[in-house]
Parts: sequence; C-alpha cells; structure tokens
Amino acid sequence: MNDDFDEISEPELTADEEALLEEMPALTDVGSARRTFLGQSITGSLGVFALMLLEKERALAAFEIPPDALFAPAPAVENPVKVVLKVNGATKSLEVDSRMVLLDALRERLGFTGTKKGCDQGQCGACTVLVNGRRVLSCLTLAATVEGKEVTTIEGLSGGGKLHPVQAAFIKYDAFQCGYCTPGQICSSVGLLAEARRGDVSHVTEDVTVTTTRLTDDEIRERMSGNICRCGAYPKIVAAIQEVHSDKQTAQLWRSVGDEEPTRERKEGKGDEAI
Amino acid sequence: MRPFKYVRASAPDAAARAVASNPQAKFLAGGTNILDLMKEDVERPNELVDVSRLMLAEIKPAGSGVSIGALAKNTDTANHPLIRKNYPLLTQAIVAGASGQLRNMATNGGNLMQRTRCQYFYDTSMPCNKREPGTGCGALEGLNRIHAILGWSEKCVATYPGDMANALYALDAVVRVRGANGRERTIPIGEFHRLPGDTPERDNDLQHGELIVAIDLPRSPFTMNYYYLKVRDRASYAFALVAVAAALEINDGTIRQARVVLGGVAHKPWRSAEAEAALSGKPASEESFRQAAEAALKDARPLAHNAYKVELAKRAIARALMRASRQA
Repeated sequence: MNDDFDEISEPELTADEEALLEEMPALTDVGSARRTFLGQSITGSLGVFALMLLEKERALAAFEIPPDALFAPAPAVENPVKVVLKVNGATKSLEVDSRMVLLDALRERLGFTGTKKGCDQGQCGACTVLVNGRRVLSCLTLAATVEGKEVTTIEGLSGGGKLHPVQAAFIKYDAFQCGYCTPGQICSSVGLLAEARRGDVSHVTEDVTVTTTRLTDDEIRERMSGNICRCGAYPKIVAAIQEVHSDKQTAQLWRSVGDEEPTRERKEGKGDEAI
Repeated sequence: MRPFKYVRASAPDAAARAVASNPQAKFLAGGTNILDLMKEDVERPNELVDVSRLMLAEIKPAGSGVSIGALAKNTDTANHPLIRKNYPLLTQAIVAGASGQLRNMATNGGNLMQRTRCQYFYDTSMPCNKREPGTGCGALEGLNRIHAILGWSEKCVATYPGDMANALYALDAVVRVRGANGRERTIPIGEFHRLPGDTPERDNDLQHGELIVAIDLPRSPFTMNYYYLKVRDRASYAFALVAVAAALEINDGTIRQARVVLGGVAHKPWRSAEAEAALSGKPASEESFRQAAEAALKDARPLAHNAYKVELAKRAIARALMRASRQA
C-alpha cells in the first residue's frame, strides 16, 4: 500500500468509504472530480484526511445551498467582452468585464477553484495554469485575451481515474504542507518538464549555446523560482519533480500511523552494510 | 481596477491609430507589467488595445544579423537557435529576468516598455514625480537602498529593472517602431530609454501611439567572450541590485573592443564608455578589468542607503569581465 501509489488506477475502497462517497452530494462537475480525487486519496493512505473532508462536505451539504449558488450571475459588467475558450477540454462561452483576469474567470465564473489566488500581482505563482500547454500566471492574464485558447488547470491534469505523474509524485514525496500553493506548483512543474524536453535553457545553465534536457536539482530550483511556498516544502517539491523527470522510481518515504513499515531496499541484519 | 475599453487589434497600423487617437489608450501585449500597475491604480488607461495577436513574433535572419519580432515571447527569443548561437549574451540576460511563467507571457516589445520603477512609484499614498509629475520624490530622502547611483536627478532616482535591454545595448540593437501614419523609424537601443531629468514620467523616446514592431541585431563579434552577471537579494526571481552585461572581442590576449552595460544603477541601461575605452587595446587581464571598473564608477553619486552599490558594481564588472574572458 505504501510503494505502489503510481500503479493505482481504480480506487479500492472499503465498504464504509464506498458508503460515504455514495452519500456525497453531487453538486457540480467539480464535485465529481473532487470525489474521484478523494477516492484516490483514500487508497493512497490519506484515508483519515480524506474522510474528514468528506464529513465536512456532508455537513455543508446539509445546509442545502442551492445548486446554482456558486455560479450566481456576475455583478454589473462594464465593457463586456465575449470570450470562447477551452478549459480542461471543454468549450466555455463567457461574457466578462474587460477587467476580469483569467484567474477570476476560472474561479468565480467557471467553478474551477483549484487554481488559487495568492498575491494577485504576479509574485507568488499560486495562480499558475497552462495556456496552450505553457505555464502562465492567470492573475496577470486578462480573460479577454484567452479567446480561442486552451486552458489546463489542476482539475484537468488527471484523467481516466489516474493522477498526473506530477500529482502522484507530489503526494508520494509529501511535497506540501498547507497545500495552498500546490496547484500552482504542480501546473508549473508540468510546464517546466515540457520546457526541459524542448531543451530550454535557464539562468543556471552553464553553456546556453548547448541544448540540454538534463535537469539537475539546481536547474529545477531555478526554474521553479516563480512559485513561492510559505511552508518551505521546496526540497520535497524538487525531489518530486526530479523523480518524474528522471523516471527513476524511489520508495515512498512516509507512512500513515498504523501502516506497515515501508519495505527497505536492503534488509537490515545481513551484515554487509557499513554502519 | 478602473474600467477600460478592450479592443483587439487586427493590424499594426490599426493598432497604432487606435492608441494615437486616444491620449488615455495603451497597448497591451503580455500584460505582465501594465496589468500589475493597473491593479495598483498606478496606470489608469481607459482603453487597452490588444496587439498580442499581430503577426510580429517572427525571429529571422536579416542582412548579416537577426531581426526579432516585437511580439515574440521572451522564452522563445532566449531559446531560439539563432539567438543562442549568435547572441548568447542576450539569452543569458533574458533568462536572468523574472520567472518561467512571466517569460512565457512577456514579449520583447513589452519587455522594453516595462516601467522604470521603485516602491514609491507603486505606492499611491506616496509622492512620486514619475506617477504624478510635480508631487516630489519619496525615495530621494526616503528608503533608497535599491535606487540609482548614476544619472539620477532630483526628480527621480528609480532604476530601470529590465535585463534584456542591457544585453541589447551591448549588442548594438536597434528598435524599429511604427507610427499611426504607417511610417517606420528606428531608434538605437541606447537612445530608446531616457534618463529622468525634469520629465521622469517619460521612460522612453516613443511618441504616443508608436508601436514597436521589431528589434534588429547587427552581426555580433561577441559569440565567444560574453557574460551576464546579475547580483540580487535572492538567488532568483528578483530585480538586480547591480547587473553587468559584459562582452569582449579578444585577439591574442589583447582586447580589440569591449562592451560594459550596467543594470540596476540608473534610470536606463547604463553603458560605460569610460570602461570600454579603458579596456580597448589592453591585455585581457584582471588588472585591466579592475581599472575599467574604477573608470565606470568614477562619477557615481550614491544616495543615503546605497553607497554599497558603488563597490558592488566595481566588483561585479571585474567578475563579469573575468567570466567573459573565461578566466573565472
């Protein structure tokens, strides 16, 4: 259960967990995406945490918020601009105030609240999304300018019941604490890996005339400098990205209380290890 | 943010005309600086003319040099094979700036148009001659650790924060702009940005409504000996306290010609004719580099909190030249 996180495609739930999932209110598409994620979280040894969230959702659902509450019509729109864009593969048609940035359109108009508002002025990276496959800051992108483009948010990275490899690696390496910057960190990582595959150079690349796709830890740190993490999860973020980049799987280092001890690569007591 | 009309331009001339006909209109390309400033209520355009879809993003050979489209993204410019091979100093400078996300958004023209700025420019509760001419300069007698040591005036002590333009200056780039009448003119990069003088509200030499269409780079001799050094408060994603774009043409250990352009020390990229003259014809040695650094800073006028920049700039110049000459 500890080492095979990446291989899980279908969540394996206990009867209690199945029952909880069944009882969850089907609020929106977002809710169902979250259900899938929570299901996966449960199987990934995050059971206790996920169950707490499920309980909270259940309690909140008891208030009977009208289903359209999240999507109340926007306040008076000045200088309206019509925009048609794709978000996570689905075509969306909107009329926005010219001032509305992509971040607010995603969160307030389209219900994709996975993208987070941190500083709202391009300094923290929490709002990072992919536009036409490239990482950008949604807080400094006018929604009007995204006409005809494809946006991928954290909600759109997983698919077919499977986490994106970067998402799985972040969980495996425990690459977050509070989690607020995490969607931006993950979207930024996905963009970074594509840039590296293309051979893009960085500020710490020794010779910029040579194309290199090999990412050292220093390269990853430099290329992720636009994503700030208040909790300081940086070493684990670097490790998670490095695993996906190098495609070398290592054992998961943490476990939940009550889980079996992680299997070690070399058994103790063989007498062939220097202490 | 104040309301504004959003217009998507269909052609460069139409874009230039749209902005020229409204004194309060501005161009929008990557948006990374202007939207930030609009959120802070520092920039207050009532119309944004979006030029980001115009066909001005090509990077191509031109004569014996290379022409860079104004709307090519910073990332694409830095990583373009023509730039990496022929102008690696420019690649180094671009990737020294901002973050991966911002370089994916920012265009070359927009990079040149970013405001020369400081905290007092951003803080609308403070006086600032650049933001509101005639109100005074908060930084002159305020906190001025990051401010200018060269070329400043009593009206403004802010520094130009960009990196790309410092390298472009060292590479003798020319900015090609187009007016509302459809006519093009060229501006040498060194004359594009301005010192503050009595009009700090003007960062550059453009007329209202003139649109940057390309940046032209002549053939460069600086493909072997170059280095962009950026010194800042943290390792990445911060403006320069001092930056140096250094380029050398060395023949048998003797410097044929040199370029030394400083960032973070003045209201515009600061090319040091004194340093370049001091290097010309001299051996490519640490001693020559130290003498050039002294020459570059001999007229420096530090403020209350930034005297450290004088020594920092000298050492940064010497180190950048050492790296450029591959001795460090």
